[in-house]
Amino acid sequence: MLWIAIRMLTGDKQKFYGLVFGIAFSTLLITQQLTIFVNLVERGASGVYNVPTADVWVMDEVSRTTDVNFPMPSTALDKVRSVPGVEWAVPHLRANASVRSGDGDLEGVSVIGVDDATLIGLPKRMAQASADVLSSPDSVIIDDVGTTRMYEAGQSPIGQRLELNDQRAVIMGIADAIPSFTSQVTLYTKYSRALNYVPGTRNRMSFVLVGASDGVAPAELTARITELTGLRARTRDQFAQDGVDFIIQNTGIPLNFGITVMLGFIVGVAIVGLTFSLFIRDNIKQFGALKAIGVTNAKIRGMVASQAALVGLVGYGLGVLGTVAFIWGFSANPTFKGFYIPWQVPLVSLAAVALILALTGWLALRNVLKTEPASVFR
Amino acid sequence: MTGAAATGAAISTRAVTRDFKAGQQTITVLHGIDLEVKAGELTYLVGESGSGKTTLISIMCGILWPTLGEVEVFGTDIYNLTDTQLVEFRLNNIGFIFQQYNLIPSIDAASNAAVPLIAQGMDRLEARQRAVAMMEKLAIGDQVDKLPNQLSGGQQQRVAIARALVHEPRLVVCDEPTAALDARSGRKVMDLLREVAVAEDRACIIVTHDNRIFDLADRILVLEDGRITHDGTSMPEDH
Repeated sequence: MLWIAIRMLTGDKQKFYGLVFGIAFSTLLITQQLTIFVNLVERGASGVYNVPTADVWVMDEVSRTTDVNFPMPSTALDKVRSVPGVEWAVPHLRANASVRSGDGDLEGVSVIGVDDATLIGLPKRMAQASADVLSSPDSVIIDDVGTTRMYEAGQSPIGQRLELNDQRAVIMGIADAIPSFTSQVTLYTKYSRALNYVPGTRNRMSFVLVGASDGVAPAELTARITELTGLRARTRDQFAQDGVDFIIQNTGIPLNFGITVMLGFIVGVAIVGLTFSLFIRDNIKQFGALKAIGVTNAKIRGMVASQAALVGLVGYGLGVLGTVAFIWGFSANPTFKGFYIPWQVPLVSLAAVALILALTGWLALRNVLKTEPASVFR
Repeated sequence: MTGAAATGAAISTRAVTRDFKAGQQTITVLHGIDLEVKAGELTYLVGESGSGKTTLISIMCGILWPTLGEVEVFGTDIYNLTDTQLVEFRLNNIGFIFQQYNLIPSIDAASNAAVPLIAQGMDRLEARQRAVAMMEKLAIGDQVDKLPNQLSGGQQQRVAIARALVHEPRLVVCDEPTAALDARSGRKVMDLLREVAVAEDRACIIVTHDNRIFDLADRILVLEDGRITHDGTSMPEDH
């Protein structure tokens, strides 16, 4: 009977394609929007992800994220270094500035000062040149998003001069970094040079990056640092989560994406529900005849379920493929750099599709089950 | 031995009454019908629209519960069965030919004819083979691969007949089998039905008001206002 059910559905091509389209569109909308949402909010943690060597981030007790921080006195570095279990500790500066390019364009940038000696604080990979270029006078490393924002395609930023708060800076390398939430241009330089580039208050150090000694768990170390220094210390994972939470709590992004995901669900229910009902209505005589002949309600349920499953399988597959195509198609765009589909997202959309089909299938099935076999004689 | 079996009747109804609710009103469509239908006969159930013939045939083949009364089909009190048993009984014992044929438009003629066997759980290809054999018997063996919309009305009717007979039911029920056919085609269908559907151990009931085929009946039951007013081998003079 399942074969008959599938043929009944696929034989009505208009409705079959309508149902598949409804599910595919709904899946695409839910999967794509959730993927963008997850990747966008994860950008709130990009500052942490870009410094994989630091086990612990130490900051003023009011600092919340890499971008929302309150500078500490330089003595904080010594305090942290004195904590047992700290293998190494380096200063880290993060500040905003305006930069004027050689063409006279003005651009807001993030300036990140990394440790002079070890260069800890730089992204792990370089797109062009090596981290050693920071040894050159006035040198800065720009992130790859910045190259597309500040320079035209084909124009190399290497060697380009910038005016950074009335001081000269020369781009000597390009870092392969995860863009920030706002995709702002980021310039990396040595900590001592960054202090000159970014005028500020008496206290300038944003963070102390810490490496834990062998055998010391980062979580244990954070507790120890807080206890002994009074500073806030977060493990890498905790601080990354803080960045994500900050975006979720302080922007309308979850609500906006939530609305779009809900719309995807509603559109799915509407299209699939309507088309499924029309399909059932058009075949109600056939279902009635089957019931009269002696097909049980259980088998009828199985038939409708198999029809829903087929539509769901094809539609869901197309929707997920569409999302993959979207992410792949835009992968070269800096805004979408590093975007990926978390494994949970297709599962969420699969659950949504299952719910849509269960809901619409149940509504359609009600009409079939309500149909009296005797109606075929009327 | 119970009613129908004891009397040798294929179908036996005892005081069958059926009411329908219409708002506050209760309309009695059938008034205590007592009836016996024998196997091996082509029995017509004749009456005007609204006379209750569709209701009676629905009750006799187990798809509409009577308000009162008993119905036995080949010795089984069918309304004493559970829902599942009744559905199974219909599947194994009754063949239906609907006025609108109700063929599934997206499967070919042979698969349509094989539906009762597939519903019984037979392998689809085996069921189809048996359906093809039945269609060859009905002289539409060359149409097995065609979809219903590629067939003429008469050919669709034959596919519906093949579907009704493929699982060798003991009772065949036809609803207005000639309504959509011209006189010649109608008589051909009736000849065919007599040839393939009427057998010693099988009852065949036809609901009709087509006076062009009355002469082909073995027995005619006339229904008026929910009561049987005539039971004979031909139509009464005043009809």
